Amino acid sequence: MDTHFAILLGCVLAVLLAATVAGQILKRRAGPDDLTIQNLTARINAWWVMAAVIALAFVAGRTGVVILFALCSFAALREFLTLTNTKAADHWALVAAVFVVLPVQYISVGMGWYGFYSIFIPVYAFLFMPILSAMRGQTDNFLIRVSEAQWALMIAVFCVSHVPALLSLQIPGYEGRGLFLIFFLIVVVQFSDVMQYVWGKMLGRRKIAPNLSPSKTLEGLVGGVLSASLLGAALFWITPFSVVQAFGISLVITLMGFFGGLVMSAIKRDRGVKDWGHLIAGHGGFIDRLDSVIFSAPIFFHIVRFYWDVH
Amino acid sequence: MFAPLCATLIVGFARAITAVRGIWAGVDPVPVQRIYYANHASHGDFVLVWTVLPRALRRRTRPVAGSDYWLTSKLKAFIGREVFNAVLIDRNPETRQGDPVETMSSALAGGDSLILFPEGTRNTGDAALLAFKSGLYHLAAANPAIDMVPVWIANLNRVMPKGALVPIPLICTVTFGAPIRLESGEDKGDFLARAQTALRELGPDERD
Repeated sequence: MDTHFAILLGCVLAVLLAATVAGQILKRRAGPDDLTIQNLTARINAWWVMAAVIALAFVAGRTGVVILFALCSFAALREFLTLTNTKAADHWALVAAVFVVLPVQYISVGMGWYGFYSIFIPVYAFLFMPILSAMRGQTDNFLIRVSEAQWALMIAVFCVSHVPALLSLQIPGYEGRGLFLIFFLIVVVQFSDVMQYVWGKMLGRRKIAPNLSPSKTLEGLVGGVLSASLLGAALFWITPFSVVQAFGISLVITLMGFFGGLVMSAIKRDRGVKDWGHLIAGHGGFIDRLDSVIFSAPIFFHIVRFYWDVH
Repeated sequence: MFAPLCATLIVGFARAITAVRGIWAGVDPVPVQRIYYANHASHGDFVLVWTVLPRALRRRTRPVAGSDYWLTSKLKAFIGREVFNAVLIDRNPETRQGDPVETMSSALAGGDSLILFPEGTRNTGDAALLAFKSGLYHLAAANPAIDMVPVWIANLNRVMPKGALVPIPLICTVTFGAPIRLESGEDKGDFLARAQTALRELGPDERD
C-alpha cells in the first residue's frame, strides 16, 4: 500500500510539475496577456489545489474521503439548483434535499450500508419530495419543478456518492485498498477529458454534436478514450483487474464520461449558460469539472461490485 | 470584539450558502466614498453586498435600515447597531425625530459609504423593481459630489423566499453598475427614473 501510494504520489507530482513548467514556457512565448495561456495557468493551478485536497482527504482515510465528496455534492447541488425553475412552493422540498437527503446519503455511504444508499434517493427521496411540493398546492409547472429537483439530486448527490462508496466494496485480496479504485476512476476519466481536448486540437475535424459542444470531435473522442484506456491498462497494478480488464473498464468509464459531458452541456445550452459556476478558476464550476466522473462513477461502482465484490 | 466576530460569522455563512460573487461591471472596488443603491428582495440583501466588498471598504460602508424594524428586539438592535453599524432611519413620518436625509448626509460627512434600498421595502411581487422613494433624490441633491452606484442582487429572493426559515443554497451574484450623479437642472422624477433604469439594466431580462 505504502509503496504504491508513494509511487502514485510521485507520478502525480511529476505530471503537475511538468504541466507547470510547460505552462510557464508557453507563457514566456505567448506573452502574459494571451487569454488561452491565462486559462491554462488557472487550470494548472486549480489542479494543484485539487490534487492537494484529494491527497489530504486520502491521508484522513475513509471519513475524510466521504466528507470531501459530501462537500463536492453540496457545491454541485448548489450549482444545479441555481439553474432550475423551482418556486417558493418547493422551498421545503429543497431544504429537505440539501439538509436531509444529502447528509443521510453520505452517512449511509460512510457506514457502507449498500442496501440503503443504493435506493434511498431513487425511491424514498423521489417519492417524498413531490409530496412536500404538492402539499403547498402550487400546480404551475409542477412536473417540471419536481423533475428538475429530482434530477439535481440524482446528478449532484446520488451519482457523486458512488465515488466514496467504492471504499465499502469487499474484494478478496484487495482489503483496505479501495482508495486506489477512486484514484483509478478519477485519473482515467479526467485524463480522458484532457486528452480529448488535446487530440481534438491536433486532429479534430468531424464534430460530434455541434449544437451541444463545438469542441467535441470524433478524432478527439477516439484519441482521448484510447489514450486514457491505455493509461488505465498501465495502472492495472493498483487495481484488482488484469491488464485487459483494466483496459475494458477504462473504455466503459471514459465513454460514460464523454456522454455525461454531452448531457451536461445540453443542460447548460438549455439554460443559456457557459459554465455551471465560478468556484474553480479556469474550470468554471464544480459540475464542469465533475461531469464526466458523475456519469462514470455509478457504472464503475456496479461493474466492480458485480464482478469482484463478495456479496 | 464580539461584534466583528459576529460580522465575520455572518459573512462566512452568506458565502457558504450563496457562494456569492461580486461582478464589478461599471465601477472598480476601490476605496472611494459612494452611495450604493440596490434592489431589495430579502432581509439578507445588505449582507450580500457587504460580503463582496473588499474588507477595507466593508469597514467604511454602512447600510441604511429601518429603525422601526431593527430596534424591535435586543438581538436585532445589537446586530443592526453594533455588527452592521447601520444608519437607522424611522420609516414612519409620524414618529420620527430627525430628517432621514440629514441623518444619511451626516454619515456621509463622516467619510462613510452607504448602502440603501430606494424601493423602501422588500419586493415580494413579480415586478423587477418597485417605484423608488424620493429619498434617493434628496440625498443626491444634498451630496452632489458623491457617486451613486446601482447594485443588482440576483437570486437571493430564491434562497430565502418570504416566510422561509431555512435558506436553500443557490449561487448569488452582486453586480455593480456604472455610477450616476444628479445632473444640473434634473428634476426629481427624471432622476429617479434614470436611477431606476440604471439598476434595472443590471438585472435579468425578465423574472421567472
